[in-house]
Amino acid sequence: MSTKLDIYTTKRRGRFINFLFTSVCFLATMACVLMLLVLIWNIILQGKGWLSWDFIERLPSRFPHKAGIKSALWGSIWLISLTAMFSVPLGVGAAVYLEEYAPKSRWRKLIQLNISNLAGVPSIVYGILGLGLFVRALAFERSVLSGALTLTLVVLPIIILASQEALRSVPDSIRRSAYALGATRWQTVWYQVLPASLPGIMTGVILSLSRALGEAAPLIAVGAMAYVPFVPEKLTDEFTALPIQIFNWTARPQEDFHHLAAAGILVLLIVLVSMNAIAVFVRHKYGKKIRW
Amino acid sequence: MASTPAVKKIMQPSDKATSDYSKAPMVRPSIPEGKGMRTADELAQATEKISVRDMSFYYSENRALTDISLSIPERCVTAFIGPSGCGKSTFLRCFNRMNDMIEGTRVDGEVLLEGQDIYSSRTDIVTLRKRIGMVFQKSTPFPKSIFDNVSFGPKIAGISKKKELYEIVERSLQRSALWDEVKDRLSESALNLSGGQQQRLCIARALANDPDILLMDEPASALDPASTARIEDLIFELKEQYTIVIVTHNMQQAARVSDQAAFFYQGLLVESGATEELFTNPKKQQTEDYITGRFG
Repeated sequence: MSTKLDIYTTKRRGRFINFLFTSVCFLATMACVLMLLVLIWNIILQGKGWLSWDFIERLPSRFPHKAGIKSALWGSIWLISLTAMFSVPLGVGAAVYLEEYAPKSRWRKLIQLNISNLAGVPSIVYGILGLGLFVRALAFERSVLSGALTLTLVVLPIIILASQEALRSVPDSIRRSAYALGATRWQTVWYQVLPASLPGIMTGVILSLSRALGEAAPLIAVGAMAYVPFVPEKLTDEFTALPIQIFNWTARPQEDFHHLAAAGILVLLIVLVSMNAIAVFVRHKYGKKIRW
Repeated sequence: MASTPAVKKIMQPSDKATSDYSKAPMVRPSIPEGKGMRTADELAQATEKISVRDMSFYYSENRALTDISLSIPERCVTAFIGPSGCGKSTFLRCFNRMNDMIEGTRVDGEVLLEGQDIYSSRTDIVTLRKRIGMVFQKSTPFPKSIFDNVSFGPKIAGISKKKELYEIVERSLQRSALWDEVKDRLSESALNLSGGQQQRLCIARALANDPDILLMDEPASALDPASTARIEDLIFELKEQYTIVIVTHNMQQAARVSDQAAFFYQGLLVESGATEELFTNPKKQQTEDYITGRFG
């Protein structure tokens, strides 16, 4: 034991690999951030000067300087609110059933497998299903209702999976304690398990709704209109949505419409970022109190 | 309180599960004197609260308990001792039917609560569990306020008046010797309490249901010595009102708190009797070996 290394001795090779690996990871991160920054910067450059209160308050027009995003913004708000109303009770209910009630059978496994697969199905497929089911078979026509139901199909598997994850993170000891105090299964789920998993469920819901907000493909399939010079007032009204309006403007040859599209993207991004901020806030506020 | 144990002994080396039993000196857990421990005669005279007759318990095909017959006397502390996996916790969970939650379990024989069969098809599990409270090894407060934790039982039982709930919460916390520490912060999260306080909160939560029987599954095994001593003091006080059944790995603890002890080994009830006798003069060699720490 006489030849001990003094503590200043370094192995160059080890240090080099360490440096290399750190650099590669750092560059990978930076590449993502950089692309996002370039994109946002580009959009801001194009859209600035076009984004104004008037832009939000005006209806679409074939004259770029008179065009606004009011009907698309309101269409998106309608869609998201309805989608939330449909998908949250269904999704959370399904998750509660699968996690808390369903016996561990082959059936359950099959259903679970299906839901996981459905979460990965491209949204245009749901659009075509929506077209066949809601627009034609149920004769809801090209209404905001059809659109919201189609988006519900898109986000439902994601909400179910996120809620299941949240329910699973509640330790069994909580359930056992509630049962030991004479709680029924319903009381255990309603008073203990659901409240404890609420931050996780809310986060999942908000994130999947913000995905729905950005969807254009399924809405085009169910026939959202590009030119809707009015705000939807009832479930059966025709509608447009932010991504569709943006897509429409981008496809036009005139340069000015591209600026409008950029401004529209900014509005969409602002709404999305706010929704994600709410998700982060909710998780932070309620998640902190709960540590197992 | 008259019955507070005067002896708080430092743990013997043989208490440690990790020690090498073949080399360990024989240490017989000492029976504390003058603490109101029930004698064998008193036990024999006590009313029978729970009666177990030829009970066997199965996890699917595996028999975990074989032909257990045991009488749990009212307002006494009964301790279940034995090495890990001997079935003592399983047996404890049979009393409030917590094993029902595990799929594929089955019970043969009878478990009677004051003459009524716990495993009868007419038994209402919710009512049963209100009469037989349970405290787990790991303290498991709900991620809610102290008040909400204690009032959960009465609330789901249908009591909704705030004043009534408050009275129950205060009474339960006083009985579990936690009131003075938390009375000013009932609305704070229960997760902010220390481990020992959380465990007393769980006891209060069980007491809020006003049960007759309290089951405790190694209630102090995750606590430091000071908190353990508090829990033991508490058990001693509670037995004046409640019938207590406790599972413990700690021989000293069993000797300190229990009136009756039952030694389990590999799913069999090897020996049961007054703690005093079981610990000083066991009838079976196996019991003698276990309580003196020669095997574990």
